[in-house]
Amino acid sequence: MFRDKLTTITLGCILGGALLLAALNLLTPGASAAHVPGFVISLVGKYLCYAILALAIDLVWGYAGILTLGHGAFFALGGYCMGMYLMREIGARGVYANPILPDFMVFIGWKELPWYWQGFNHFWFALPMTMLVPALLAFGFGWFAFRSRVSGVYLSIITQALTYALMLAFFRNDMGFGGNNGMTDFKDIVGIPLNSEATSAGLMLISAVVLAAAFLLARAMTRSRFGKVLIAVRDAESRTRFLGYRPESYKLVVWVLSAMIAGIGGALYVPQVGIINPSEFAPGNSIEAVIWVAVGGRGTLAGAILGAVLVNLGKTWLTSALPEVWLFAIGGLFILVTLLLPRGIIGLFAARSTTAGAEAEPGAAAAKSAAREIAG
Amino acid sequence: MSDAAQAGSTLSGNSLLYLDGVTVSFDGFKALNELSLVLEPGEMRAVIGPNGAGKTTMMDVITGRTRPDTGRVVFGDNVDLTRLDEPAIARLGIGRKFQRPTVFEPLSVHDNLLLSLAGDRNPRFALWAKETPAERVRLDELLATIRLVDDRDRPAADLSHGQKQWLEIGMLLAQEPHLLLVDEPVAGMSDAETEETADLLREINKTRSVVVVEHDMAFVRALGVKVTVLHEGAVLAEGSIDAIQNDPRVIEVYLGR
Repeated sequence: MFRDKLTTITLGCILGGALLLAALNLLTPGASAAHVPGFVISLVGKYLCYAILALAIDLVWGYAGILTLGHGAFFALGGYCMGMYLMREIGARGVYANPILPDFMVFIGWKELPWYWQGFNHFWFALPMTMLVPALLAFGFGWFAFRSRVSGVYLSIITQALTYALMLAFFRNDMGFGGNNGMTDFKDIVGIPLNSEATSAGLMLISAVVLAAAFLLARAMTRSRFGKVLIAVRDAESRTRFLGYRPESYKLVVWVLSAMIAGIGGALYVPQVGIINPSEFAPGNSIEAVIWVAVGGRGTLAGAILGAVLVNLGKTWLTSALPEVWLFAIGGLFILVTLLLPRGIIGLFAARSTTAGAEAEPGAAAAKSAAREIAG
Repeated sequence: MSDAAQAGSTLSGNSLLYLDGVTVSFDGFKALNELSLVLEPGEMRAVIGPNGAGKTTMMDVITGRTRPDTGRVVFGDNVDLTRLDEPAIARLGIGRKFQRPTVFEPLSVHDNLLLSLAGDRNPRFALWAKETPAERVRLDELLATIRLVDDRDRPAADLSHGQKQWLEIGMLLAQEPHLLLVDEPVAGMSDAETEETADLLREINKTRSVVVVEHDMAFVRALGVKVTVLHEGAVLAEGSIDAIQNDPRVIEVYLGR
């Protein structure tokens, strides 16, 4: 199907794996040894959303050299847009039985729906918003940052500040997003109840399809002439200016697109975990997501997906087995990968297989410059 | 050209590049001090001078990297370069080769040249661009000129130092510039590569104007062109290499040391 094996394997794993798990969940009796319980399906669905976020980060970090430490903000904004829809979908079934106002608004004594909540009762409105809102923020942020030639560590720090500022803002009750508690107790999505196994499996499958589509989009983009310019900008930005390119325009395009991908990831995440609150904006989340990409292999796309799934598998296991160890484990993992596996897990395989040889080169250089960034 | 047009041409009218009283100071230090210089269309000029004479600053001013405190830089008939930024100046047809070869290491030789080809630089164009037959022909020509036909699919990172210098010259040619600024093209090259580079620059000069900044006097002599000596940010002397080497002021500040 594709000339390179890695793409075929990646798509096969995402779509084949998701289909297989969904079938084993829905079509086997609960007592059977082959049965996959519902909690596994929700976990996998969550991992797939994280993988979408990782892919978005790899697009800007791996290919454009923008080390973002605030991508969780775009993910969370997409999540909040979906949360607003799910909130309004509850309607009169809430505790206060107000057909228009969500419970938390009634609770703080609001009488009217704020203007920015209008329209979110329609799925067709909320869905594009999950991408448009992050895109708008990314555009505004990127326009100023890239035009002023802010890059490197400074840019990383302001992305971190961005997500932190948003977290503080969303904590406030008078922002109208549920404050500290966020939004939860969702009932259904487009009329389908959320608390059924079939819905979980369906959402997980949709996440897999969206991830596969985002992967193909990112792959096409990075292989186009645009992608080559991005790599040029990543490695020798000022040189591209003397060739007549405006690096800031290229960065802005990929940055906004990446924010949209992260946003749709967040939108898929919220109905599957059943809650969205300001902790999704926590700076630590964004840093963790960068580590997924580094572990899998920066600048390889497939590596970002692999890293997100593997690290989160480890996290799920470790946080239940030895909860206090998790932070040390992820910190240690990052150091180990940086020192011993600068090209990530994908780099291990690419070095051995000859067919992936041509693929390996951009990854290798990416790893080199990543190592330089970290060392410097 | 009609008489009327000739009569209408100003001081800068017939020049390709005209630096008019350009001053650049960094924290009080004058890197360029009222520098004036005229380059004729089709000319190749060598610029020499001791360290700190302002050679690189001059290139920075022409290419838009540094904005002068005073003075004008006129390109062609009436374009003031001091109002434009680097990409705009590059698109006007001024190419610059840096001292240290900066090619895009992970990209293949072919892709390095492809990105440099004169054409649309818009992201929207780049997203959908497919290599056209005309581009393919042009790339083949360039690969032959810079003697890298057999290396077209290798990543630029794998090339030798001299090959990278040539690739960068190829990238500049791909831009189809009217004016080429070349900073120390033979630094770190072997004698054979130096000679070939001189040939290459003379070949390029058949169709374009060139400014070469160089330390290597043997190389400047091999080029056989008019020489400008910079000293303390201004022109000290101008003329043939023989005249320059016999100029007592030049000997004092530069060659004598």
